[in-house]
Amino acid sequence: MSIQVRNISKTFGSFKALEDVSLQVNSGELIALLGPSGSGKTTLLRIIAGLEQADPGGGGIRFHDEDVGQRHVSARGVGFVFQHYALFRHMSVFENIAFGLRVKPRRHRPSRAAIREKVLALLALVQLDGLARRYPHQLSGGQRQRVALARALAVEPKVLLLDEPFGALDAKVRQELRAWLRRLHDELHITSVFVTHDQDEALEVADRVVVMNRGRIEQAGTPDEVFHHPGNEFVLKFLGQVNRFHGRIEQGRPVVGTLALDAQAMENRREGEPVEIFVRPFDFELIGAGDQRPSLPARIQRVQSAGPVVRLELTGPSNEPVRVELPHPEAERLDLTVGREVRLALRRSRVFTEDYSI
Amino acid sequence: MSVIAARSFALPRIRQPSVLPGFGLTMGFTLFYMTLLLLIPLAGLLLAATRMSFSEFWVKGIADPRVLAAYRLSFGASLLAATLNAIFGFIVAWVLVRYRFPGKRLIDAIVDLPFALPTAVSGIALTTLYARTGWIGQWFDIFGIRIAYTWIGIVIALTLIGLPFVVRTLQPALEDLEKELEEASACLGATRWRTFTRVIFPSVLPALLTGFALALARALGEYGSVIFIAGNMPHRTEIAPLLVVVRLENHDDHGAIAISIVLLAAAFVMLLSINLLQWWSRRYQH
Repeated sequence: MSIQVRNISKTFGSFKALEDVSLQVNSGELIALLGPSGSGKTTLLRIIAGLEQADPGGGGIRFHDEDVGQRHVSARGVGFVFQHYALFRHMSVFENIAFGLRVKPRRHRPSRAAIREKVLALLALVQLDGLARRYPHQLSGGQRQRVALARALAVEPKVLLLDEPFGALDAKVRQELRAWLRRLHDELHITSVFVTHDQDEALEVADRVVVMNRGRIEQAGTPDEVFHHPGNEFVLKFLGQVNRFHGRIEQGRPVVGTLALDAQAMENRREGEPVEIFVRPFDFELIGAGDQRPSLPARIQRVQSAGPVVRLELTGPSNEPVRVELPHPEAERLDLTVGREVRLALRRSRVFTEDYSI
Repeated sequence: MSVIAARSFALPRIRQPSVLPGFGLTMGFTLFYMTLLLLIPLAGLLLAATRMSFSEFWVKGIADPRVLAAYRLSFGASLLAATLNAIFGFIVAWVLVRYRFPGKRLIDAIVDLPFALPTAVSGIALTTLYARTGWIGQWFDIFGIRIAYTWIGIVIALTLIGLPFVVRTLQPALEDLEKELEEASACLGATRWRTFTRVIFPSVLPALLTGFALALARALGEYGSVIFIAGNMPHRTEIAPLLVVVRLENHDDHGAIAISIVLLAAAFVMLLSINLLQWWSRRYQH
């Protein structure tokens, strides 16, 4: 079941939560809505679910060419998973999962045996066999969220919507559940949208990532696309750390200190115009004295080698902080002592103008 | 398991190490205070009862038809009033928590009025209103229904004084109710009514029971407002607390004590059973 969102806006008082947002989610896709708090991602999710009404005058919401914009949340056939689980405390795990089946109108309601069979199958699916009789307060956070997911899946929703599903869990459980959710989706192929402010989560789990900011969609694309080809400064900054250098245009090229970058399409910029140059921490190379490549001088302030990569904190040519990440083997070849002067070559850098990126 | 439990209970530590000072002082004061206010008077009552033979207690406290009628009226009217309060207090609390409307703060403040009002004042006010010639009573009189000086009037007086208990215990419970629970229920296809009966109501039931218990206890002990509207006819509209006073005025101390003991025991049993019910309904909570 595909989802089409067309020209949706939403205002709360004077606050514009969404501004003319359009989005297409293909059938069977797993989409991440990624953005900082206040970017409108949860509002968009809630409007898709029907928990929030979009401002009148927009293009509406369609599930597989069927307009559901005016349909009540209970008739939309969506599964919704909340950040804080929203489990019914007075019901056992079994009762929670069976809820959606029990409240069906009598002629659609499955028999007791069918409900029981279905709930037990769902418990197996979310790997909680044997916990049917527990109450929510007897479960860990990760278990609770899996019960919430089973409860949402029990009514066989056409689309599954998850609002920061792992936001309330600790880092390790989060990691596990993330991978598990991805596997589950590969098994079920239910069209899913999940909201997150964690870029790693979005990049790891989603088929496509929709980066949102201030009520608008900044960029939508596969994790590779948004990470390696960010459409603008916001997307670049939001998807991981980035260093920013102040430079200027000289002879049609951006220049930092004495380092001229190979950037094209700067011809129509004025000579001497200031520009900002962005470099990811892993796009630097530390080069030796004999190397003739153009580079930036920097001084090592701190070396942190615990972790998957060696992280360096340096100060650049005009004393600005620079973060560099090196693979361990490369770092071991170099003499990385605090206070040492090094030279940084740039493998890749980005300069953003109003509507063009390189 | 049991060995460990036995060992850890072998030397109970009354005082847990704590950064908060003053445990000894405050605990000592609490015990002294409770003893002075509650335990000594109750013990005195029980002590006085021991001067009676059991047969005298039986005749004066239970077997007397006038006394039995008073019990029936007191407990029946109190239960009915507490039930009415549970139903209508729920609606009042619901409106005050869930909706925004002009005058909300005023209504919220008025709910406490029965706490502050001298019971004699509310008793006289109700009697004036509900008497055959009163503003409200005259309309019921057309249909031959009499309110003042009948059990109906007693129930109305007891409902009035019990209202704040239900509203004030339910309000925080309703406020704490997460909006997501209702949204989750709606997403799962439940209608509003189903969401109310299966999600909202069970969630606030423990608080409702607490309010019910408090309203019931208050109604059982109420005296001031009831004696004005009740008419106090023996066997018909005479409540048990009033009968205690009547006995005392007739210098029948033993009669008064016997009735008091029965009232005390009944109140205790009722509160205990409601507490058990509450404990049961909270079994799924921390």
